[in-house]
Amino acid sequence: MNLPQVVQYCFAGVTVGSIYAIVAIGFNIIYNTTGIINFAQGEFLIVGAMLAISFNHFVPLPVAIFLAVVITTIIGGLVEIVFIRQVRNASVLRLVVITIGISILMREAMLHIWDEKVRSLPYFTGTGVSTVTILGAHISPQVLWVLGVSAVIVMGLTPFFRFTLTGRAMRACADDRMAARLCGINDRWMVTLSFMLSAGIGALAGCVISPVTQTQYDMGASLAIKGFTVAILGGLGNSMAAVAAGLMLGLVEAFVMSQFDVAYKEAVSIVILLLILVFRPSGLFGKREIAAMRAL
Amino acid sequence: MTHLRRYIPVIAVALGVIILQVVLSGTRSTYYMTQLTMSAYYALVVIGLCLLMGYAGQISLGHAGFFAIGGYTTAVLTTFNLMAYRDTPLVSLCRSLGVVVQRQDIYGADILAFSPWPAFIVAILLTVIIAFMIGLPVIRLKGHYMAMASLGFGLIIYRIVLGGRIFGQADGISNIPPFKIIDGLEVNGRAAFRVESYYIAWFVVLAAMTLAINLVHSRVGRALRSIHENEEAAHSLGVNTYRYKLFVFVLSALFAAVGGVLLTHYNGSIGPSEVTVTKSVRYLVIVAVGGMANLWGALFMGIILNFLSLRGVFGSYDDAVFAIILIAIMLFAPEGLLRLPRLRAKSPLPSGGTNG
Repeated sequence: MNLPQVVQYCFAGVTVGSIYAIVAIGFNIIYNTTGIINFAQGEFLIVGAMLAISFNHFVPLPVAIFLAVVITTIIGGLVEIVFIRQVRNASVLRLVVITIGISILMREAMLHIWDEKVRSLPYFTGTGVSTVTILGAHISPQVLWVLGVSAVIVMGLTPFFRFTLTGRAMRACADDRMAARLCGINDRWMVTLSFMLSAGIGALAGCVISPVTQTQYDMGASLAIKGFTVAILGGLGNSMAAVAAGLMLGLVEAFVMSQFDVAYKEAVSIVILLLILVFRPSGLFGKREIAAMRAL
Repeated sequence: MTHLRRYIPVIAVALGVIILQVVLSGTRSTYYMTQLTMSAYYALVVIGLCLLMGYAGQISLGHAGFFAIGGYTTAVLTTFNLMAYRDTPLVSLCRSLGVVVQRQDIYGADILAFSPWPAFIVAILLTVIIAFMIGLPVIRLKGHYMAMASLGFGLIIYRIVLGGRIFGQADGISNIPPFKIIDGLEVNGRAAFRVESYYIAWFVVLAAMTLAINLVHSRVGRALRSIHENEEAAHSLGVNTYRYKLFVFVLSALFAAVGGVLLTHYNGSIGPSEVTVTKSVRYLVIVAVGGMANLWGALFMGIILNFLSLRGVFGSYDDAVFAIILIAIMLFAPEGLLRLPRLRAKSPLPSGGTNG
């Protein structure tokens, strides 16, 4: 493999990797406020992309994406208000099973609204064949879009959680829900907000990746499992580590794909997931004791 | 005498099966039996999953994978043509032992392939080995970790089936021969064998039920229930929780594989649609509707829901219907439809025996 090839694979890996990181951050936001894993996280990306594709027939691309993100955010909020909020004092397992049901319901709804055709948004700048040359490798400008948007999402979330009142309230809920409630934080609204936030950033990620990987109604499950792998790799709940883990998984996948059949790409991340779950459930960067507490 | 009472439902269902056959044959609507037979094999998966989820408290989103390991193993072995290797010593030996037989396919071409019995045994052994290897690490996981890991397992099997040329990729495998259990008794999808196959399926299901009931009321069952009530307490009393859970995991995979093998021979074909995540979730839905730790509930719901689905009652909303049922059950009746209200007051977690 010569240098341009290596650079090419690196970019391919980092591109999908950053999307996995966004999915993982979506998992983490909801996990932090509720302690549940939202199996419908992958579907948010697909819903966002599908909505944007449909709106793009009537309005310019940026407006279409904006509308798609807003509507997906609302869907995320509704999912929490209609389903999750109804079950109080439920076991984590019951809530997880509900999100599994929601993911299938969303997938089936998409199948009926958009059929099973593979679609995609147009390239944000240029066309499918236009390239940017970096270190001798030819990169689609969309790749830069994906990296840029992912970076903005990650950079935006950090000050949000650190400096804004809402972000701090959400973190307080994650730390100790009872104490947060005693401080006058409306914890239920924070849970709804966490679903809306995950859905919103998911939709945005779904839109930017759509020109590269295309969009089909049933892609959510494999996105979800990769996002989960990344979330576990980084340590559940730790969003910054998720970014590093996401890029890592993306790179591993890209290089495995260069050597083996594409069909086994998915198997790679699942094998990594199983290995991590067995040997280091706290993630690569986490402490073991924390994971032992959270495993319950 | 009291412990014999738990077999009364088995006899009642057996009588019901006979009466149903008489009625269907009498009204000349034996075509319903085809779906009832298929539902019975799917119910086998559900019974196994019920043991795992309801009694051992472990969620699995990959049981369609075990069904597929059984079905695809037998499908490959009974259809893969060994004609090119007919003169090798190994194949000749297998032929003389009757393990490999020659037959003609529908186009009249000669096919030399394994006969169903050895294929069945290989499928079962393979499933047990894979389930053991997967269960060894996965069974230690809790809650959503276990859910994701089993989902991942299911997805890997799906990808292998879809990517492997030997598995027919998206087309699946067809022209699978019927399974002749003994002379004059075979699992065969043709109309002439309808009644026969119906009884074989139900015999297998009731045998599995009897086994499951015995297990639940045995030392293993009591250990499992103690795990479910309070794992730490059970552990401190010397119950090897890990070993019991692993045992049930392998057993439930085995049930799924048997269902897969027999249904594949009955249908004469198997395809990747049997291995999807939605299929795994469907089994989970049925166990949940039946009331988690309720074997009879799981069996009845398995038969009813699969029968309606196979009759095409839900149309193109098939999977959506199952998803809605799942959400509704989890929201409003987490102990299943069949639990009487007086029993529901006890505890929020599924527990207790089968005759509730």
